[in-house]
Amino acid sequence: MTAITNRSHGRLEAALRSGHFTLTAETSPPDAGAAAPVLERAACLKGLADAVNVTDGAGARAHMSALAAAAILARHGIEPVLQFTARDRNRMALQADLLGAAALDIPNILCLHGDDPRKGDQPESKPVYDIDSRELMRTARRMRDEGTFPSGREIAPRPGLLIGAADLPVEPKPGWKPEALLGKIDAGADFVQTQYCFDLALLRRYLAALADHGVLPRLFVIVGIGPIATARSARWMNENLFGVHIPEPMILRLEKAQDQRAEGRRICVELVQELAEIDGVAGAHLMAPKQEQACAEVIAESGLLTRRQAA
Amino acid sequence: MYRVRHWSIRHSRLLESVYRAFESSLAAMAPLFERIGYARLERPIAAFERQAKGLMFDCQMCGQCALSSTGMSCPMNCPKSLRNGPCGGVRADGNCEVKPAMKCVWVAAWEGSQAMRGAAKILEIQKPVDHSLKGTSSWLRVVRELRPPPAAAKAKKSA
Repeated sequence: MTAITNRSHGRLEAALRSGHFTLTAETSPPDAGAAAPVLERAACLKGLADAVNVTDGAGARAHMSALAAAAILARHGIEPVLQFTARDRNRMALQADLLGAAALDIPNILCLHGDDPRKGDQPESKPVYDIDSRELMRTARRMRDEGTFPSGREIAPRPGLLIGAADLPVEPKPGWKPEALLGKIDAGADFVQTQYCFDLALLRRYLAALADHGVLPRLFVIVGIGPIATARSARWMNENLFGVHIPEPMILRLEKAQDQRAEGRRICVELVQELAEIDGVAGAHLMAPKQEQACAEVIAESGLLTRRQAA
Repeated sequence: MYRVRHWSIRHSRLLESVYRAFESSLAAMAPLFERIGYARLERPIAAFERQAKGLMFDCQMCGQCALSSTGMSCPMNCPKSLRNGPCGGVRADGNCEVKPAMKCVWVAAWEGSQAMRGAAKILEIQKPVDHSLKGTSSWLRVVRELRPPPAAAKAKKSA
């Protein structure tokens, strides 16, 4: 294999390429007009997460701009993965923000479709969707690798961005082909972060299918996981979050626990440790809305960072 | 069609009267609409509305018709979708900055409005477009506003 030069200057890419099990987490920009609340939420992840995703208008609601929040994190030594949705900006605005992100030392982006405005608190908003998430990746890659806008106009220096996409582990039925992922690789995805995946047996079957179709060596798969707060919220997630399946024994274990929150965290630590042993899993992506502290504790308790330092 | 659109604007006063009569007969039909169900009526009425207003005004089916306030000139035909007056790019001949062969939608709107009885309505500020209404029938919405169905009326009273 020829040596690959890094696409970004980020810690995330360095960790992924070194083969270490990487750990990413997530934070949501606050409803605030100041930098302090951004840091209050995410500071606990500093030094623990390799990178922290910054959500973009999550829940189809307006919050502080993801680009601004990501820049604040970057300035304070927390590497962001800037989530980019195609919902609110046309292609010109997206291209402008891709360059702006790189200029503000944001090394990673995650290209997403974005929740429908009708699910949010301003359903009358115009859903832009000038281009889709796939085209956004293609645009970002072109700007990075060819140094041009889609119109051909030149960009110098080029934006050093690691390009990510979202994914959903599914049961690979016979004859199934990972068309969506192959398409995303084709469009420029360097890594994917998946929806919550608590069913590791299913994940193993999914990864085996990805390996069969040549996806795995070409793409870093970071698996979504999180500390579940209570058995009730686990049931809620199963019913309301698309593609999420928390196995029943896990919910029963939560139910029996004296302290469900602590048990949820323990389960999450065990899952992260198990993920680190699975071939083809590049890392874990810890998601827990407004519970950055819990994610930080899971990373610390997993012992994976100390193992990395020892290696 | 561009020529029909401008015929409609030139005859804004006539169309204003026609629409007023049409609106009151629609409103009178509210009990019938309720019996059939607005949800069931939405598709066929919207399809008819699209055809009729498409021909007359180049209607874009924003679902929140402003024609009576804009001199029968549909603001959604403005390349910038401006609903509160023209941009700064109107050419000296009154044509559009973006489409030089087209008369500015708002120049036409002003002319149309001044012939109408409700000439002052063009000065009222239009709310931002509610994009969730796109493609729905404006007529049925107006009827429901004029004659709220019993359930909606009750909800409004308690609120």
